[in-house]
Amino acid sequence: MKSQATEGPQAPGQAPVKTGRSVSLVWIVPIVAVLVGLSLVVHSIMQEGPTITVTFKTGDGLTANKTEVKYRSVVIGQVSDVELASDQKSVNATIKLTKQAEGFTRSDSQFWVVRPRIGAGGVSGIDTLLSGDYIGADIGQANGRSKNFKGLEIPPAITYGEPGKRFTLHTADLGSLDVGSPVYYRKIPVGQVVAYALDPDGKGVNIDLFVHAPNDQYVTENTRFWNASGVDVSIDANGVDVKTESLSSVLVGGIAFRAPEYNPDDKPAPEEYAYELFEDQQSALAPPNGKAQFLALRFDQAMRGLKVDAPVEFLGIEIGKVVSVNLDFDEKKRSFPVSVGIVIYPQRLGQAHTKMIKSLNHDPNDEAAGVRMIGTFIDNGLRAQARTGNLLTGQLYIALDFYPKAEKVVFDATARPVMIPTVPGSLEQLQEKLESMVDKVNKLPIERIAGNLDSNLVEVHKGLIKFNSKTLPGVDTALSEVSKTLLSADTTLRSANATLSDGSPSREKLGQTLTELERTSRALRELADYLIRHPESLLRGRPENPAAKDYK
Amino acid sequence: MNMPPAASDLNLCLCHSCSMTCDMTDNPHECERCGAPLHRRKTNSLARTWAFMFTALAFYVPANLLPVMNTKMLGNGADSTIMSGVLEFWAAGAWDIALIIFIASIAVPGIKFVALTFLLMSVHRSSLWASKERSQLYRFVEVIGYWSMLDVIVVALVAALVKFNALADIEPRAGILFFGLVVVFTMLAAMSFDPRLIWDEKRENPQNEEVMDEVASH
Repeated sequence: MKSQATEGPQAPGQAPVKTGRSVSLVWIVPIVAVLVGLSLVVHSIMQEGPTITVTFKTGDGLTANKTEVKYRSVVIGQVSDVELASDQKSVNATIKLTKQAEGFTRSDSQFWVVRPRIGAGGVSGIDTLLSGDYIGADIGQANGRSKNFKGLEIPPAITYGEPGKRFTLHTADLGSLDVGSPVYYRKIPVGQVVAYALDPDGKGVNIDLFVHAPNDQYVTENTRFWNASGVDVSIDANGVDVKTESLSSVLVGGIAFRAPEYNPDDKPAPEEYAYELFEDQQSALAPPNGKAQFLALRFDQAMRGLKVDAPVEFLGIEIGKVVSVNLDFDEKKRSFPVSVGIVIYPQRLGQAHTKMIKSLNHDPNDEAAGVRMIGTFIDNGLRAQARTGNLLTGQLYIALDFYPKAEKVVFDATARPVMIPTVPGSLEQLQEKLESMVDKVNKLPIERIAGNLDSNLVEVHKGLIKFNSKTLPGVDTALSEVSKTLLSADTTLRSANATLSDGSPSREKLGQTLTELERTSRALRELADYLIRHPESLLRGRPENPAAKDYK
Repeated sequence: MNMPPAASDLNLCLCHSCSMTCDMTDNPHECERCGAPLHRRKTNSLARTWAFMFTALAFYVPANLLPVMNTKMLGNGADSTIMSGVLEFWAAGAWDIALIIFIASIAVPGIKFVALTFLLMSVHRSSLWASKERSQLYRFVEVIGYWSMLDVIVVALVAALVKFNALADIEPRAGILFFGLVVVFTMLAAMSFDPRLIWDEKRENPQNEEVMDEVASH
């Protein structure tokens, strides 16, 4: 054996030779590695949370080892497996929850898949567009634990532990409401519809809504809820009316609530308090209608413009509405009267109603007595009339009024519904008058008059033609003659003028002529004188004066 | 045996540091030239190789089970292990990349374990079979050793480069640390193994190696 070189400073020739096999220090390294590995295993076992199975309708967006489970945006687990259920009707997602998420095994915990949802009420889950779908979770409150859960298809509107109250509304139909439809209080959104279900008998809908704290304190026992869905455009006898709660409620519907203004002894409603859901704010806040009384009307004229829900007014107070407008056939008269059904709520008359009941000792529940009372009213002249409420739209409403001068009618107390006699509407009366006028006008022999007038006119026309063709040209030529005459007269006058002007030869000659004439007359005078003195000269002539002879 | 004489037969020893052939007649402890300690064989070679190999094996389990990196794309994080990465690439149709990752990350360490175990066992059994091939195998193991670091480098690079906040973010996970340790320890194991032990069996003197091993182990 040769001694080997070692690191120790030993004297040559004294190499110590170990006979036993000692364990090398290098083995510490694998031991440490194994310990590290073991600690990892222990750590992961310690950190391991419960494993649950959630059943979904589809595995859309669920990926094993990728899809996370989040609660308040914190990851509390991961989907470890997605597989089809044994009946092939659903998908089982196996979820490994973290240690801290142990509470999510409470049996009423909820799980749902968060996907981007774009609804009219808003956009949700937009982050999942980029990150992919994840499973939302809501911790339950039950004491029992469960391993299997049924996943929700729609995220719950309200998660556990949210402060606020739930209330139940009862209504005839859901309308445009949906889960998530907002609930408004004085136009401020304070809650939302969380669920709805049909009544067990299918004759109504129960709507669950949630009002967030602290606004849930405004829901009192006297609070009225009404449907604030969409745009409420009503064209009635009062004109066009547009009402809406908010743009969002136009799209997804909504519910509004408010307590009546005068509201003594009111206190906040307890959880799960039940209410009725009214059609609109007006009916919700109106005083209670009380007992309805159905009445029938018969009109002999067309009822164009009378619609169902048209108001019925009694002395100007709205006490009811039209419920039906139907055409009837009268066998005796062979005519088509319009039969109108109306419903009135006598309680809406308020004070008048209470006083009337008191003074007449009327029991509101005694139907026969009520009918008798209507009978007396009819005897006193109560009549129904269809009146035009709005000239623009032509809408009619029914007015109950007293017409003491109206024709008496026989009241049939046994007929149901009670029949109220009618009088023609004011417009109808006007129409009738107009019609009779038109009839009279129609009776006029307009044809003949027109014929005569026409022939006369023809004659006149002829005369005019004659006048035109014959008389007028004569007048025309006469006028031109006149014109010519005038022209010649003008020239004549002109020449006369020229003749008479100073220095003109005519004038000169005239002067000479006049002088001549003067001389002649002188000579004549001398002759006359001579003759006077010598009258014999007429017989003998001038004896000695031949000149005197020349002047003869 | 027509074996050339071994260094020990001529009472010579090669310095590990400067490769000087030293005369061992005086039993010098240090190389005359560079002063490095002189060993006829690597100290405690077999025990160290075994120990390092077992360490690597112990780390090989978490390296493959734990996620090596976390890829966060648009807020959606996903851990991936080496094998899941391979499968993902394979499923995506990139079978070539999947193959590269599989060979570099899973096959190469596995081959190293098998090869080293085989070498160690054969040395223990003083087998004379296929000595030349076995030493070739050892060289092969040494050469492929570094290539396993490919994964570590890829993760380190990607984790450093892909930092786009919300858009994309890649972070290393514990698995890659263990993977790196596996590679380091397999390399250490390969380095601790002395291939000359393969040839020592040819000396017709089985005790020789045993004795030397014992001497070296103190």
